[in-house]
Amino acid sequence: MWQDMYESVKDHDFIVIAVAQESRGEETAREFIEAADPSYVCLIDEQHQVADLYNMVNVPNAVWIDENGVIVRPSETAGSHDSFRSMNRTDFSQSDEALALAAKAQSTYLAAVKDWAIKGSESEHAFSEQEAREHIARPTQQTALAHASFQLGIYLRKNGKEDEGDLFLKSASELHPDSWNMFRQAMNLKDIGEVAGLAADQSFFDRLDALEGKRYYPPPDIAGFPREPGY
Amino acid sequence: MVLDMTTLLIDDKATICNANVKNNELWINQEELEKTTGWSLKAEGFCQGNTCIPYPKTETENFVQGSEVNVSSFWTLMDKPILHDKSGDTWMLGTSHKERLGALNSLQAPNFSLPDLEGKQHTLSDYKGKRVFLTTWSSW
Repeated sequence: MWQDMYESVKDHDFIVIAVAQESRGEETAREFIEAADPSYVCLIDEQHQVADLYNMVNVPNAVWIDENGVIVRPSETAGSHDSFRSMNRTDFSQSDEALALAAKAQSTYLAAVKDWAIKGSESEHAFSEQEAREHIARPTQQTALAHASFQLGIYLRKNGKEDEGDLFLKSASELHPDSWNMFRQAMNLKDIGEVAGLAADQSFFDRLDALEGKRYYPPPDIAGFPREPGY
Repeated sequence: MVLDMTTLLIDDKATICNANVKNNELWINQEELEKTTGWSLKAEGFCQGNTCIPYPKTETENFVQGSEVNVSSFWTLMDKPILHDKSGDTWMLGTSHKERLGALNSLQAPNFSLPDLEGKQHTLSDYKGKRVFLTTWSSW
């Protein structure tokens, strides 16, 4: 997804680090990474540590970190758009309008990343410290407990206690209902889902519909990014 | 009381230590506490670097008995989640939301080390000097 953008700006002291939130481990991520054949850094995160540290609830998300290790854009939707919610749920087809919205979202976001890659702190998309703090999603006692439950669940599953691990994954999801990462990873681990490898069965769509007006992919605060729901 | 080999999950690491599990609470001796968590017991309370966390003296029995400390009480005192499996063989010593929020509010990117496909570890802070677009994805 990021390869063309990265190739066009990589000479500007810029790197992409793409982290797979993948509790099945490296072998599952491998086929996707090898197919994309990226020249940037790809890492495997079985415990969803990055989601925990940066308080992320969905993928793809992104954080912009400057040359000094300072966050200039906290975690946000990395260019995806809710227009996919209008898709046909039998054949997963989408209307031209929905696809056009998704494409506009993607290209607007990519252009912003590129602008920052080239201009750094001079980019209009790099937040001031105050703006960056205002955009932080705040972890709560419940989300902290959810991440601990999730990580214990993944560990137990890997160490021969699948059923017990699943109970911790379930309670993690209940403690952190905003986390699609926890919900969908747990579905994926249990081989639920009609489409191969994609955790999108009826329970996913039920949970999606329950969002009603709330976004699955909250739009990033970037000028020109399409803010209409599209579904 | 039988000392058992217990697995502690702290940050992203699993450590084996000797522990006692009594009434669903995790007790380990002071030496093991320091080795596994970096916290040591001093007159001021539990200390790590310049930080000391006093525990209520009226509840000493609930925190310290002989050479052993009650990690469950201590972790809960710090508002950190602590969880264990049914057998008590595996304990997750989590991080509090205040620590996570404090780290994010500092705007210093929280550091981590993760493997690539070849198993080589990459540490975020090794990329200082470059702008980093840190992004997540999944197969699911």
